[in-house]
Order: sequence, then C-alpha cells, then structure tokens
Amino acid sequence: MQPTQQVSIPELIQQVPLNYYLIVSTALFVIGIIGVLTRRNAIIIFMSIELMLNAVNLLLIAFSSYRSDSAGQVFVFFIMAVAAAEVAVGLAIIVMIYRNIRSIDVGLLNKLKW
Amino acid sequence: MLNLIFYAFAALTLGGSLAVLITRNVMYSAFFLLLSLIGVAALFVLASADLLAVAQVMIYVGGVLVLVIFGVMLTHKPKPETTTGPQAARPNYILTQHRAWLWPLLVAAGLFTAFYSLISRIHFSLFEHRAPFQTSVDTIGKQLMTEYIIPFEIAGILLLAALVGATYLSSQGDRTNNQ
Repeated sequence: MQPTQQVSIPELIQQVPLNYYLIVSTALFVIGIIGVLTRRNAIIIFMSIELMLNAVNLLLIAFSSYRSDSAGQVFVFFIMAVAAAEVAVGLAIIVMIYRNIRSIDVGLLNKLKW
Repeated sequence: MLNLIFYAFAALTLGGSLAVLITRNVMYSAFFLLLSLIGVAALFVLASADLLAVAQVMIYVGGVLVLVIFGVMLTHKPKPETTTGPQAARPNYILTQHRAWLWPLLVAAGLFTAFYSLISRIHFSLFEHRAPFQTSVDTIGKQLMTEYIIPFEIAGILLLAALVGATYLSSQGDRTNNQ
C-alpha cells in the first residue's frame, strides 16, 4: 500500500484524524446505553438501540475507510438490513403490548420477574 | 475547514441523540432521532462511504423513522384519563415513570473510558499508509455478489421472515380485538 495520489475523497479522510471518529462513535454508543438504562418508554428504548447500532456502523466505516478496505462497509450493509428487520418485528411487538396492557412502560412488564 | 464541518456534524449527531433522551415528548424525540441519523449519514460521507450514506438516509430516515413515528402514533392514548393539569393538554404526552439517573450515568462514564482507552490503545500500523481510494459502489457491489453472496441471501431470507412475522403479529392483534 503506497500513499495516495487521488484528489478528492482520500484528502477528506486524511484531514480528520481517526481518533475523532473513535470519540464520536463511543459517545454515541454511551448515549444509547444511558437511554436504555434511564428511560422507561419502550419506544425511546428502541430509539436508543438504534443509536447504538449507528455508533457501531460509524466505527466500522471509519476503520474500513482508513484501511481502504470495503469489507467493513459490506458488514455495515448487513447490519442495516438486520436493523430494519429488528425494527419491523420490535415495533409490532410494542404495538401488541400496548393493545394488551394499554401502556408501553417497561416498568409495568414485571410478570416474568423472578 | 474540513475539521469544522466534522465538528458541526458531530455536534449535530451527539446533540440530537442527547435531546432524544432529555425531551419528555415522544414525538419530539423521534424528530431529534431524525436529526441524529442525518448527522451520522453526513459523518459517513466525511469518512468517504458514499453508498452507505445514501443507504443510511434511505433505510433509517425513510424506513425506520417512519415506522417509529407510526409506533408513537399507534401507542398514543386518545383520552389520557390519568393526567390532569397542564401536562394533559400537550400532544402525544405519554406518562412514564422516572428512573434513577446516578447509576446509569456512572455505568456510562465507566464504559466510555473503558471503550475509548481500549480502542485507542490498539496499534494499527496499516493506518499510516492509505491505498488510493476507489468509489465504494463498485467494490461493495462486487463483494456482495462474489465474496459475501451467502450472507446476502441469508439477509434476504431474514428480511422475508421478519416481514411475515410483523404482519402476523399485527393481524393477530386485529383478530383478537374483533372477537
């Protein structure tokens, strides 16, 4: 691998250090964790899970473009497909829970607690 | 200049995701999620992943966010009997209980330092020299159709199963309501 001769996009990525992407994606992941741990609305917990998936995608893309290896981007493609499936099924489950107990507060779903 | 653009979009992403947590209105948090997802798409562009930025806008903003907004609207209580006072007048107001903030914040701060120190301690020697960039559309298409053809097909089957399952769950709710 020799240093790049291209003009537009490699210079784009060269000017932003990899550490910045690490900080941003780690902060996004941690914000998602705070959301899952603190909020009780099931839909907001769902959105926080989406934020965590996006953080992982961002880290994968940063690494793959710094290596000029597009295998990481293929992984991100599969993660997006699985996330779309997860959203469809998860929202159907949340709507079913709302129809049954008329609430989506996860603190009320304690029937399976030991 | 480019660093400034990166800072702006990173601030958009992190601020949007923080606002998702902070706001009390579920509909507002869905729109802040939109802001955050668009910021992530812009960061994809800055990381020279053009195809995935378009896919992010199409899948997340076009599909996931619309589904989330439908979920917010379907779980909205039409008559909030339990809420009284000025809060009942707000649209889309869903009452939820509070949780403790201290332990999740401590856990999150610990995880941030742990993840960041772990990831940044890895020494990648390859990252010093970068190969010339080819546009990611060609290479991703070729890799999807040759190297990763079996995960590609499995993802198709997974999507079909998820669609059938979501349809079954929703239609079963309708049937039990009609009885």
